[in-house]
Amino acid sequence: MVTSRDDFSIAIRSAFLKKGVKQKFSLLALIVASIILLSLEAINSKSLNFVRSAIKDVVYRTSFIASMPDNSIVSVFTEIQNYFEVYEQYEIVKSKLQRLENQQNQINYLKVENDKLKRVIDDTDIYNHESITTKVLVDKKSPFLKSVIINKGFNSGLKKGMPVLDGPYFIGRITEVNYLSSRALLTNDLNSKIPVIIEPMGYQAIMSGTGDKSALLEFLPKNHQLEVGSLVYTSGTDGVFFPGIPIGRVELIEKKFHIKFFSDLSQLYLVNVITSKPIESEQ
Amino acid sequence: MVLFKKNFVNRFFGLIPLLILFYLVCSETDFNFENLSFLSFNLIFIVIFYWVLKNPDILGYGFIFLAGIVNDVIIGLPIGVSSVTYLVLAGFAAYVRYLTVQPSLIYDWIIFVPSIAVTNSVYFYILRIFFDIDVDYIALALNSGITILLYPIIGILFNFLSKIIIVRKNV
Repeated sequence: MVTSRDDFSIAIRSAFLKKGVKQKFSLLALIVASIILLSLEAINSKSLNFVRSAIKDVVYRTSFIASMPDNSIVSVFTEIQNYFEVYEQYEIVKSKLQRLENQQNQINYLKVENDKLKRVIDDTDIYNHESITTKVLVDKKSPFLKSVIINKGFNSGLKKGMPVLDGPYFIGRITEVNYLSSRALLTNDLNSKIPVIIEPMGYQAIMSGTGDKSALLEFLPKNHQLEVGSLVYTSGTDGVFFPGIPIGRVELIEKKFHIKFFSDLSQLYLVNVITSKPIESEQ
Repeated sequence: MVLFKKNFVNRFFGLIPLLILFYLVCSETDFNFENLSFLSFNLIFIVIFYWVLKNPDILGYGFIFLAGIVNDVIIGLPIGVSSVTYLVLAGFAAYVRYLTVQPSLIYDWIIFVPSIAVTNSVYFYILRIFFDIDVDYIALALNSGITILLYPIIGILFNFLSKIIIVRKNV
């Protein structure tokens, strides 16, 4: 019994303290170093942030280069697939175009009417803002953490909290800014909570990421009569995002109301970061 | 020239596990499938456990530590979380290596189960308790399950690679 306990302690000591023939560090020393690095995360000093930012910029660029062969193989496959679906796509696009032309006439009328009404209530134009178009450098998949790295940082004027759009659709916000790159936390990340408004009912709620393809609607009003297919926009009640950016449609999954995003969050390539508040419309 | 070429090829084979590890942490390839999340697995864990157990000189602890840091930066986790988890797993593998007289894939596989369980628990608790980051533990458990199931299959492939490395070394 004593011998087995000795064996146990010798094995533990050998595993954690002993260096191998070609090993330069012991396991214990590196675990301690990792814990020190982890505790440094809590410290927010200018010099440390600068070092972190530099390391992240280098790693992101390296990761972008390392992902190149992988991404080019995927894009070749996608191109081949697209080639075989050309006729089918053409028919879909043709019918869509016809529908859109009809809608365009309606939109033109509504836009004129909307502008008139805005002048009356002295409101701002949500589509009148400055934005920067950026490219997604790295989109590393994780079972629950959903974020992308983009190729613009604080040298381009990006700041934490700025909304990120895919076309006209809201997809997330900036959570980390380095000199040459930034991280955007996507709306489906488990840690993403965004105040939203559901139209046409006007319900206020919180959109909570699930780590999956959709987001959950939480804190809906009591006795609500939410309908599947209703539109979800940012509400702007947090004071961070301005209101009215479209996000998605309401859908029912396992008796819970979810949001199906307008944008495919797994296929992001170019995204817009809004760098200014909406500019007030001219009177 | 011939000797140089031979040495280069031999060295290259010895570097394959390290290249796999860094390719997995650096690139977007990581076997986490969004549409087939129930089939996602963590190949990095298998690479670390297998090679630390079989031949720790091929996959140095310093490189494992560095791979963890790179992984944290890319995924966006607090720097050091993955390093700790990878090193804990490496610790299990090193401990088993010192205790095992006659290595076998089945025995390694059995030990891999508690190793993964402890490693993922460390990962979960660091993120949840110290950094208040939400983690989907069901996804994490599923991922661990698939990783455990795939260990013997990938282990056989690595056995093959290990034999090539040994043969090349002795040439």
